[in-house]
Amino acid sequence: MGKYFDMLLEDIRVQEGLRSCMNCGVCTGVCPAAEFYNYDPRQIVNIVLTRDDDEIERLMRSDVIWYCGECMSCRPRCPRGNTPAYVIQGLRTLSQRLGLFVESEKGRQQLAIKRLIGDNILRTGYCIVPRNVVPALHPEQGAVWEWIIDHDKELYGRFTPVYGSDGAGALRKIDDESMQELHRIFEVSGGKDFYATIERHSERKAREMGYDGADDDYMMHTYTTNSEQHY
Amino acid sequence: MKRASWQEYQKDIADDKYYYARSCIRQNFFPGSERAFLDILRGDLGRDVMDDPIHTSCTGIGYHSDVVPLETIMTVVARQFALMGEAGYENFISSCITSFGIYTEILSTWEEFPETEERTREYLYKATGRELVKPRSLAHTSDIVFHFRDEIARKAKRKLVNVYTGRPLRVVEHIGCHYAKIFPKSGIGGSEFPYVLAGMIESWGGEVVDYPERRHCCGFGFRNYLVQANRGYSIANSQKKLESMSPYKPDFIVGNCPGCSMFLDRWQYAIAEMEGTTYGADGQGIPVLTYEEMAGLVLGYDPWELGMQMHQVDVEPLLDKMGVEYDPAAKYLGRDGRYIGKPERAAVNNGCQRAIYDIKL
Repeated sequence: MGKYFDMLLEDIRVQEGLRSCMNCGVCTGVCPAAEFYNYDPRQIVNIVLTRDDDEIERLMRSDVIWYCGECMSCRPRCPRGNTPAYVIQGLRTLSQRLGLFVESEKGRQQLAIKRLIGDNILRTGYCIVPRNVVPALHPEQGAVWEWIIDHDKELYGRFTPVYGSDGAGALRKIDDESMQELHRIFEVSGGKDFYATIERHSERKAREMGYDGADDDYMMHTYTTNSEQHY
Repeated sequence: MKRASWQEYQKDIADDKYYYARSCIRQNFFPGSERAFLDILRGDLGRDVMDDPIHTSCTGIGYHSDVVPLETIMTVVARQFALMGEAGYENFISSCITSFGIYTEILSTWEEFPETEERTREYLYKATGRELVKPRSLAHTSDIVFHFRDEIARKAKRKLVNVYTGRPLRVVEHIGCHYAKIFPKSGIGGSEFPYVLAGMIESWGGEVVDYPERRHCCGFGFRNYLVQANRGYSIANSQKKLESMSPYKPDFIVGNCPGCSMFLDRWQYAIAEMEGTTYGADGQGIPVLTYEEMAGLVLGYDPWELGMQMHQVDVEPLLDKMGVEYDPAAKYLGRDGRYIGKPERAAVNNGCQRAIYDIKL
């Protein structure tokens, strides 16, 4: 009893965001995720406060902890100074460290995020670059985005002299030395190990689900699958 | 809470000598805004801004989608601050609300949990040989524009006024959740009555629209947009805001956060295509501007040099209302002045049948 609770409390965000809850429900009232999903941040806080290992493990294996958008709307409103979104961040981190995230549809999506955003950070030094926002995967970006991507050098060239090249300015290529520093930061601070943990557990789950490992097919499965069981 | 209480939520904003940190999202979707900010600060206001070619992303989108650990983003942020110190600057300004929230949160965390600052210093030194220098001041770039709003007003070539009616333009402002919801005292006006954009609008002749969902999230929700299967969350929350603001008949929306501005623009396109619904006048979309674009128009900048051709919702109806002179053909020119073709037509610009705008309150 309390093993997972103690592990969660090692995360300073949980220390900061978890105090006794008076169950007023304000966090749920203002929560964009609660509007859209069958989601109640008040209940998340209550479950964690039980310190019940079975209940907390059930949370970390479930879709529920992955619904939050981390907008932090809950943070300024709680009369007790709780931040349910910080508790969510702690649960998500622990769920990934323990490999429990692959047991839910929404949790498995972490592989797609790791590859689309995480790997791009180590490839380019940016979270996103224009050509990562592929129109076929982003129909909501509209006709204007297709036009921009089709003419990216012409258009970005109007606003930045260094699109994809050296120098100061928007969308510059980040120099090799800075990229090496970024890689070393990820090594010494645990970022690369965390990426590897996501890959390792995804590989295991992909095989369990009948894929030839965590390949592109599996990643696209996690990126596009919606069972419609979340509302 | 009394409205006047926002006055407690003020902060010292440095007057000059800024170290500028770019934004992944703003440079992707609004590269003209980043250039305009530098042009306005340096050219119109005569301020010193350092545009460092060696800083990286803060990795904030990776952090808030839970693939980049806290210890890692802290060290990346420490490197940005170290670069600022090495360049001889003390006033750190960020062009991104996600980054601004992260910088604010990390500085606060280092104060509250000193062992995390110590560990970060060790990681930074081990990885880069650099020494952490904490900024004397931290501001979002909109705070800087707010700080100079009266000076900009004095230099204004145009006002936020409808030239046909002589009445103030009606403006919806959206400040972005991470500007003030994480640390309310870090934002001008706090999280309940944020004044950073409202102050600009009022100084430049416009009228701020109040509406029920004014403080609701734009719908980004990090993983809820990044993963295709989750985007229903994102569009549904944008739709909630758009449905709420439309009957108040805004002339345009201005965003603090580059992500919010992009989503409120693009989801209008998607809703018009999916449902035939639009939220602006004449069955069209509501133009969505960045605050740099709004300031640039006020100062007489050309809309296509500001990058407004990269919006999905056409801005020409707003330009006409403001009395902005522009060359319609120049919208479609590339860097060498050659015509590069036009985007496909979109329902959001063509006039839809189902418009919320015409509802009488």
